Amino acid sequence: MAILIDETTKIVVQGISGRIGQFHSQEMIEAGSRVVAGVTPGKGGTTVLNRPVFDTVRQAVAATGAEASLLFVPPPFAADAIMEAADCGIRTAVCVTDGIPAQDMMRVKRFLRRYPKDRKMRLIGPNCAGIISPGKAFMGIMPPHIYTPGRIGIVGRSGTLGYEAASQMQALGIGVSTSVGIGGDPINGSSFRDILELFEADPETDAVMMIGEIGGPQEAEAAAFVRDHMTKPVVAYVAGLSAPKGRKMGHAGAIISAFGESAQEKVELLSAVGITVAPNPSVMGETMAAVLERQAAA
Amino acid sequence: MDIHEYQAKEILSGLGVPVPRGGLAYSPEQAGYRARELGGDAWVVKAQVHSGGRGEAGGVKLCRSEDEVRNYAATLFGKQLVTRQTDANGKGVFRVWVEAATGIQQELYLGLVLDRKSERIMIVASAHGGMEIEELAVEDPESLRRMVIDPAVGLAEYEARELAFSLGLKGGQIAQMTAVLRACYRAYRDLDALMVEINPLVITDAGELVALDAKMSFDTNALYRRPEVAALRDPSQEDPREAMAADNGLAYVGLEGDIGCIINGAGLAMATMDMIKLAGGEPANFLDIGGGASPERVCQAFRTVLSDRNVRVILINIFAGINRCDWIAKGVVQAYRDLNLGVPVVVRLAGTNVEEGRAILRQSGLPLVAADTLEDAARAAVTARNQPVAA
Repeated sequence: MAILIDETTKIVVQGISGRIGQFHSQEMIEAGSRVVAGVTPGKGGTTVLNRPVFDTVRQAVAATGAEASLLFVPPPFAADAIMEAADCGIRTAVCVTDGIPAQDMMRVKRFLRRYPKDRKMRLIGPNCAGIISPGKAFMGIMPPHIYTPGRIGIVGRSGTLGYEAASQMQALGIGVSTSVGIGGDPINGSSFRDILELFEADPETDAVMMIGEIGGPQEAEAAAFVRDHMTKPVVAYVAGLSAPKGRKMGHAGAIISAFGESAQEKVELLSAVGITVAPNPSVMGETMAAVLERQAAA
Repeated sequence: MDIHEYQAKEILSGLGVPVPRGGLAYSPEQAGYRARELGGDAWVVKAQVHSGGRGEAGGVKLCRSEDEVRNYAATLFGKQLVTRQTDANGKGVFRVWVEAATGIQQELYLGLVLDRKSERIMIVASAHGGMEIEELAVEDPESLRRMVIDPAVGLAEYEARELAFSLGLKGGQIAQMTAVLRACYRAYRDLDALMVEINPLVITDAGELVALDAKMSFDTNALYRRPEVAALRDPSQEDPREAMAADNGLAYVGLEGDIGCIINGAGLAMATMDMIKLAGGEPANFLDIGGGASPERVCQAFRTVLSDRNVRVILINIFAGINRCDWIAKGVVQAYRDLNLGVPVVVRLAGTNVEEGRAILRQSGLPLVAADTLEDAARAAVTARNQPVAA
């Protein structure tokens, strides 16, 4: 199976009753994702999109065997809902919610450490587009039609820039094994490194497109992982080369800090470990095509 | 969200951090009165603006008489103070803080920040505080003490003590430093701060620890549950356009160029700005319309971008996931109807409901420049900028 999810993954949607939750659940079902239940505290016993709604994640897991959760929970309640999922045996959670307080996420990360490795939930996001394994399933908010099934993994902080990469690759006939948006918040569940590790181990992925941006230490950490552990080629782009220094650019995460976190420094770090960095965001697809061609010729 | 020095001092002092006695003034007369009220023969007059580097910018002065306090304050009020941390316009001075001067033996540095590597609160401290702390951090990073706090336990007494001893403090200063550290940690945690900084934290001539300056900045995502913090907001310190945009759910940052940008997602917005520069243009702004944008919010985005008089073309680049191209298109049509645009508009739509969105724009008959890709959009915007506007 690609990574993280496929057509057999049973998905519960926390916050399925809201307008946004319902719209995207519908899209997921249409694309073949196995949405088995919804959770909205106080709405237990109702149905949405012909799926049973439960008051708690525990009830939903007991009744349906759900193993993945997608969260459309408003920011004040989102951290709590993530912890609930983790405690009820959910294996993979995707949190779309934008605007969760930083200290709530600090608490979530600490909470997740309660569980031994084999029972620890993998969190993607928050403030992310989600996961798609094209042709199989998706959980998130991405438009599925821009992805062609194939053998390239995508991992990026920005959802929309991930779409951009997928559609550029689609235009060149390059397909995607799985695309993961890890989100733009300063504290997030899974890092570039975490997802690269999954792609390296995935027999259905041949190469990875990694889309970073200014701010934070995760691209540097990913560079070290690529140098020490990756055998598959990685292509990257780092957004924010033209961003003025020291200004906050919308994502709480995208703040240029004093110590080696500018876009230019990240490009240098990534290039130094053999990653091919696309010079601008309109040639992410072409850069990947060139790398694949070089590899096929070798 | 940033607050003023005097507000941060009030918060920290309430939690047990010693600060100099002082008073706030809204006029030169009031500043003079504050000096008399405080007594003594030396006062420090400090411009209250949301920025560091006030001292070297001429916003802080030691005064020896009430007249000097009044006269210096008179030069501050209404002034735009430009520091190394502000832009060229600076920040307006509308409040002045007057405090009793403190005799200084040593300046220390203390800061609490969100460490993105450990994803926890980190305390940074140095025995050498003051204006050159940034240079020190670059030249001698080892001289900075760093300590990461476990959120499940909080700052333990022994950790605070260890830090105090490592800074070379002695005697009663150890207990004082421990109290200061615990107060700062509580302020950070209980008020959803993102930064607490005391620079300098001084040892006075009498050997006591006192916070001579204080800065705090807060997590805007948590303001809904911190009304007491939200009440400290000072709109006079904000860029009016950025503030207006934020109130409408838009993330906007004004820049120097003339290509107005309306984009969804911070990453795509930054990438589009990179692309504009590559095509030979300069972005007038960063603007992220966020997720699930309604036609009204799109219209508001137009209003925000057009409030910048330098804008000569608007570039809309939407790759919709949680957004819907049909809503975006309706917003564009509405903006044309309601606002006197006066500049060409380049639109690139992709993603969720893209066909519906394009159909709405086609049927509207509006003189839009349609672009298919990111590169086309950036090029078209640069080209349109150089052409005369059709009325």
